[in-house]
Amino acid sequence: MKTIKSMKTFIIALVAGVIAISCSSDDDNTPVVINEEEVITTVRVQLVSTAGNVTLESVDSDGDDGPNAPMITITGDIMPNTTYAGTVTFLNETETPAEDITEEVEEEDDEHQVFYTPAAGLNITTEYGNFDGDGNPLGTVFTLTTGDASNGNFTVTLRHEPTKPNTGLADAGGETDVEVTFAVTVQ
Amino acid sequence: MKFFIVLCAVMYSSMSIAQDCTYTLTGYVIDLHDQETLADATLSIEELGNTIKTTTKGKYTFSNLCNGATYTIRVSHPLCNTQTINVTINGNTERTINMEHHLEELGEISITGEAQKNGGKTAIESQVSNEAIQVNSAGSLGDALNQLSGVSSLNTGNTVVKPVIQGLHSSRVVLITEGTRLQDQEWGVEHAPNVDLNNAGSISVIKGAAGLQYGGDAVGGTIIVNPKRIPISDSLYGETLLTGVTNGRGGSATTTLTKSYNSGWYASFQGTLKRFGDFEAPDYILSNTGADERDAAVRIGVNKYSYGVEASYSIYSNKLGILRSSHVGSAADLANAINSDRPLFIEDFTYDINPPRQEVKHQVARLNAYKRFDNIGKFSFQYDYQQNNRLEFDIRRDSEDVRPAIDLQLRTHSTTLDFEYTADNTVEAKAGVLARTQTNFPDPLTGVRRLIPDYDRFDFGIYALAAKTLDAWTIEGGIRYDYNFIDAQKFYRTSFWEARGYDVLFPELVIEEVGNQILTNPEFTFHNVSATAGVGYEFNDIYNITANYSLANRAPNPSELFSDGLHQSAARIELGDIRFDQETSNKISVALSRKHKNWSFTVAPFANFISDFILIEPTGSQQSLRGNFQVWEYRQTDARLLGVDIDNEFRVSEHFSINNQLSVVKGQDTTLDVPLINIPPVNTTNRVTYTNEKWHNLKVWVESQYVFRQNEFPDNNFEIFIVETDSNVLVDVSTPPDAYHLINLRGQLDFAVSNKSTLQVALAVNNLFDTSYRNYLNRQRFFADDLGRNLSLQLKINY
Repeated sequence: MKTIKSMKTFIIALVAGVIAISCSSDDDNTPVVINEEEVITTVRVQLVSTAGNVTLESVDSDGDDGPNAPMITITGDIMPNTTYAGTVTFLNETETPAEDITEEVEEEDDEHQVFYTPAAGLNITTEYGNFDGDGNPLGTVFTLTTGDASNGNFTVTLRHEPTKPNTGLADAGGETDVEVTFAVTVQ
Repeated sequence: MKFFIVLCAVMYSSMSIAQDCTYTLTGYVIDLHDQETLADATLSIEELGNTIKTTTKGKYTFSNLCNGATYTIRVSHPLCNTQTINVTINGNTERTINMEHHLEELGEISITGEAQKNGGKTAIESQVSNEAIQVNSAGSLGDALNQLSGVSSLNTGNTVVKPVIQGLHSSRVVLITEGTRLQDQEWGVEHAPNVDLNNAGSISVIKGAAGLQYGGDAVGGTIIVNPKRIPISDSLYGETLLTGVTNGRGGSATTTLTKSYNSGWYASFQGTLKRFGDFEAPDYILSNTGADERDAAVRIGVNKYSYGVEASYSIYSNKLGILRSSHVGSAADLANAINSDRPLFIEDFTYDINPPRQEVKHQVARLNAYKRFDNIGKFSFQYDYQQNNRLEFDIRRDSEDVRPAIDLQLRTHSTTLDFEYTADNTVEAKAGVLARTQTNFPDPLTGVRRLIPDYDRFDFGIYALAAKTLDAWTIEGGIRYDYNFIDAQKFYRTSFWEARGYDVLFPELVIEEVGNQILTNPEFTFHNVSATAGVGYEFNDIYNITANYSLANRAPNPSELFSDGLHQSAARIELGDIRFDQETSNKISVALSRKHKNWSFTVAPFANFISDFILIEPTGSQQSLRGNFQVWEYRQTDARLLGVDIDNEFRVSEHFSINNQLSVVKGQDTTLDVPLINIPPVNTTNRVTYTNEKWHNLKVWVESQYVFRQNEFPDNNFEIFIVETDSNVLVDVSTPPDAYHLINLRGQLDFAVSNKSTLQVALAVNNLFDTSYRNYLNRQRFFADDLGRNLSLQLKINY
């Protein structure tokens, strides 16, 4: 009998202990919001010439993995047989004021490269206008030259840690930070 | 007292009359600590000089004993200290003999017998041998478990090795270490268990949910890692194991030191260091695959027959490189990587571990105690605290930003109280309760949106199990109830919240809107009932057949509920669903086994029917500034897994033995009638072993491991636009790699260094022919070949 009684006390003590230890939960704190710092929400290509200026812009306000597709706008006409002074700007507009990621790309120029790829049939050629410390292309500044009237896809790609030097996207490797395709018309 | 006097009087009177020698003394010889019966124990009555052995069930019977006489019985067992007890016969007498079962720890005897069963009498359970633990000392828990039939692994490279039991893994596999459930973000397919294999005394795998005392949601199975046993004797002993390997140009060192006393007190320390540089495939270096692991554990306690207390602490910390080439920025990068024969990043060998990498620290502090009440049973109580810190470093655009992309801290308090009925050796009964609280804190300093939200979780469980043995029959049954409550606080992108329709379904969850995100407070309550029932029958001590049915319910895990973004290493967007319900598994397992001198085997078929099975599959694509991403969504469906595990052992002669293993599993989504993804292909392992105890305990084996191609897989291929060619290409993420065949060798010799210590030297070669292969269950198969030849030298010293 005595064993049973002492066992009862023992069990009650243990169960009480189990509950007491387990119910000491921490107080809730409201988590702070995180604005994605790595994200690029805006790619803006500005083309300047005496014949007029053109802006190609793609904005994905909900980031890489938000469900909304990027909004693409092209303002101005790309004129045939014209040379444009080109620049590209990468922004994170989830922050206020918007963070200019182009600066970061230019600071770490040896780890980045921007590629401009006109599709076959589109009479556009580009040339790099800025280079990293090793003399390899960076591409946030470039020259765009148009030929006769034509249309097709014009793609801007930002690669991180590409193999440098390279002969183009195919052997550059690295990771794609930006790949935006604009349907353009030279007219 | 009165009773004692009466008893003495009766005994005195019975002794005074003429001796009546027709009585029996029967009972069981059992292991003091776990109450398992001991077969093959030798008992002799010194006065009569007769000797008998216990049966396979640990039972002994002496007959023709004289009433009232007192006999001196000597009890010995190969694995125990011999003891002598006095028994006075009073009619047909029963006496249970407790033995201290321990010598295996001293390395004096190699164990050939089976270790204790954890999952009840009819559950399908496999044990990892001590030898397999040692052979894989420089590897991981998953590598050691891989040796078992029906257990494979889902790998990320060769250092992240996640066990897969009969086709299921992650949250469907419960891992118990030293009595507590490991809480280490196990839902992640790239998260390996945070356990130092070298600290394990024994490892068992229950295939299926029959281990109800450990949890009711083990749809796949339960892995139980038990600590090394410590003898009750005055001794100081240790073991050091050093392994050097050529592939990875590194190695591991692990050491254990234990001090124990006759009084039952003991203290033990164990420590492990591992360091590897880049591993190598046959044709190239696998850049950034190095590993660095440091583990330590201490235990101190007292172990008596009637009570015991133990306090322990362990820390496991690792730093694992993830193949550089497997880090891709977009689906087009993934296409490039898959279509390239060689990884796109191959650099010179280095010991440096750069991003992408994981750094995990897991600490466990534990206090447990037991008290035994004679003729009733044993109560055990355990409290433990686990803290898991997981950091994952991605390649950031700004290389000077050294912050991790994932920083999770998981803190868990668990308390358990278990009762084990031990008064009757033919009955095994257990009951217990569990209470657990958990807090997950994703540190916002990462600057990357949280993969898993902040949450508090409370779990409560209660179970009862019983088994009864009636001659050759064993029947068992058990039931468990679990309650889970999750209180989460999560930020959703407003666009996602609305696109999913959550704004209409769950407006009450919204706390506030911050910029383009919404803070929500989802709460979940799950009630899970699980049960098991089984029957076993033993024919003539050689054949044994068991059948087991188990019902398990698993609540959805955090990634199934909350995923809402880009999974970097898979270059795909993964979406969970907060509307998910539990999945329910009904599993039937049967095992026929034969145990005999020259030929032993087990054939174990199973069928697992899972309703509301949660899986992830591609559902479309989504445009972003990084190009098109494939969208994979979690979905609930009905699934069926069928398979068989076969183990065979032939003793060809005194020196030669052959082991054969075959595992087959087939998984099907029965709603859509398509195969399940990542089901292990058919594989067979065959080993020929030569042993010669007379010549330095020589042991040499040749092992052939043949893995067939998985021919049943879902088609998840997709098309992606490639800028360079201005066209779409097909990205083949579905087709499994070809079959492969690996040959492994190992040889070992023992040398006596002094009368107390032995040195074991072992030399092994894995992938002898440097075969290039890719493993369907390795997440890096898209990017690189698996490991090439590896030569390892192992030195083990016992002292």
